[in-house]
Amino acid sequence: MSRTVELKGTAASRGLAKGPLVAIAQGAERHRTTQGDPSAERRELQNAVEQAAADLSRLVDALEEDAAAVLEFQIAMLQDEELTGPVFEAVAAGEPAPAAWRKRMEAMMAEYAASEDEYFRAREADIRDIRDRVLRALGGGNGRVAAAGAILVGDDITPSHFLETDWSAGGGIVLARGSAASHVAMLARSRAVPMVVGLGDIASALAAEHSLAILDGGAGTVLLSPDETHKRQYGLRLRAERQVRQREAESLLAPARTADGVAIAVQVNIADVAELAQLDAAACDGIGLVRTEFLFGAGPELPDEEAQYVVYRRYLEWAGGKPVTIRTLDAGGDKPIAGLTPQGEANSFLGLRGLRLSLARPEVFRVQLRALARACAHGPLKVMFPMVTHPFEMDQAVATFDEELRALQEAGVACARPALGMMVEVPAAAIAPEGFRADFLSIGSNDLVQYVTATARDGTTTSHLYDPAAPAVVRLIEGLARHGRARGIEVSICGDIAGDPEYTSMLLGAGLRTLSVAPADLGRVKAAIAALTLGRG
Amino acid sequence: MTNDNEVRVSVLMTHPVGLHARPSVKLTKLAKSFASRIELAVEEDGPWIDAKSIVKVMAAKAPANRLLHLRASGADASEAVTALADLVRRDFDEGASDVAHG
Repeated sequence: MSRTVELKGTAASRGLAKGPLVAIAQGAERHRTTQGDPSAERRELQNAVEQAAADLSRLVDALEEDAAAVLEFQIAMLQDEELTGPVFEAVAAGEPAPAAWRKRMEAMMAEYAASEDEYFRAREADIRDIRDRVLRALGGGNGRVAAAGAILVGDDITPSHFLETDWSAGGGIVLARGSAASHVAMLARSRAVPMVVGLGDIASALAAEHSLAILDGGAGTVLLSPDETHKRQYGLRLRAERQVRQREAESLLAPARTADGVAIAVQVNIADVAELAQLDAAACDGIGLVRTEFLFGAGPELPDEEAQYVVYRRYLEWAGGKPVTIRTLDAGGDKPIAGLTPQGEANSFLGLRGLRLSLARPEVFRVQLRALARACAHGPLKVMFPMVTHPFEMDQAVATFDEELRALQEAGVACARPALGMMVEVPAAAIAPEGFRADFLSIGSNDLVQYVTATARDGTTTSHLYDPAAPAVVRLIEGLARHGRARGIEVSICGDIAGDPEYTSMLLGAGLRTLSVAPADLGRVKAAIAALTLGRG
Repeated sequence: MTNDNEVRVSVLMTHPVGLHARPSVKLTKLAKSFASRIELAVEEDGPWIDAKSIVKVMAAKAPANRLLHLRASGADASEAVTALADLVRRDFDEGASDVAHG
């Protein structure tokens, strides 16, 4: 048993977690571009299969018996030459290892899927898991998918890796670098996955020597190899935290009102349609932000109009008449999408991202606009464009939308025109919003703070300067709220500070009346609102 | 493989979901602990499959309440079939709990 080590980093997503440590393989180091000769391919495959089995064994040691049994099956499969033999033969015959592996696993998945017995059919998921785990170990992906309940340790983690991970049994994230303002941190907060970032290079090295950790996302601390006293304290704190969450849950379903009776609309930010399953529409005033990046980044190909339409419609059906605001593709910056966003831009946050990219790639943009116009026939949809910098961009986006709408109407396809608004995240738009033809505004404070303070939101060296409460930021928010009242258009905020009770008073004080927050923050933001007195209307 | 020291036994499998993932893991693990060649079959006259391969064992899809036929040949053949038959009779040491894992 290793000695207990305590590390202190930056809090990125609150919550407590205890679990086995699993290293996140870094994609950049192992990304394969060329195929080696058959013997090198064979060696790589052998290593990948062994690594996958070893990772699973390590997890099994730290899991409860029931959860471990599921993984035992996967380990046994990986260790069976009947499974791997045909793949090694294909590789010896010149096939690339990832393709040969995928082919064999998918053939097996099809066999299981075709079974008459439900229990056998369910094993398809295990084979898929094995397929992906080995493919990742081969370097085809960005990292390995750990079993539920694990604490992932590494330099950084990609949003897709986060989304592929099963968080249903707890677990957390510990990063040597990373940032509390990154998209992964945002996802972690929305799914209530505890996360600590900026621990420095020592984190990965130390994690290799320890197998168990206790993570306190709120305090930004990580205990490696906790002793019995730590474990007992963890149990007590977990119980206390559950009580706090219980209290928040009680204010969850009530409409948000300040202590002096001012009604505040509290909406949710959603990144993935799967999140709706765990969320009660009655707990919020609609969806203030649907991110569409993950829909676009999920598969090898961009989603077609029908696929997008089906997903967008589901949001509206879920909301049951409450407003749903969908943001058009916001790729670029720290959200690259293969084949779409430019490669090797010197400064991607100042480059072709958000609406700039959509206007540069109209063939992709128009597909999304058509899907949105069709979805609008099913409920009160609002559509907003990200990273709008100049009024002509907004004019161009609105004109493009109307062209597609007209084409659909002429073709007799059911569709409607949603309210068309914009994100305010570029200082140029925040300082002079009056020039933009927008039906509503939504303040993207994460980027706005980054651009106003000239501080990278993913940087750790300058994180002390990234201040969402900087007077310059507050003044911009006040100005936007005033602009909205004068024009009679809604101004909301959907950045991280909307979901942080520390800023609730500042935001309402600046004049905002609509906040859009991560689902996990709904309860505590409503509780914070209820404790405030605005003293004016 | 009709071999001079081949040992055979047939045992009724009562495990509620048949020879599925967890029982198969236990069975193949145990089989691998013996040096002998060990095979099993759902029908008395085969096809016989390698009891050390989970891929093969799962593919046999042995259902519940059926006889499972075991045969082994090698130095520890009789210990092997005895141990494996015992495991099946003990319901793989888990009874109904595997159902929940479906």
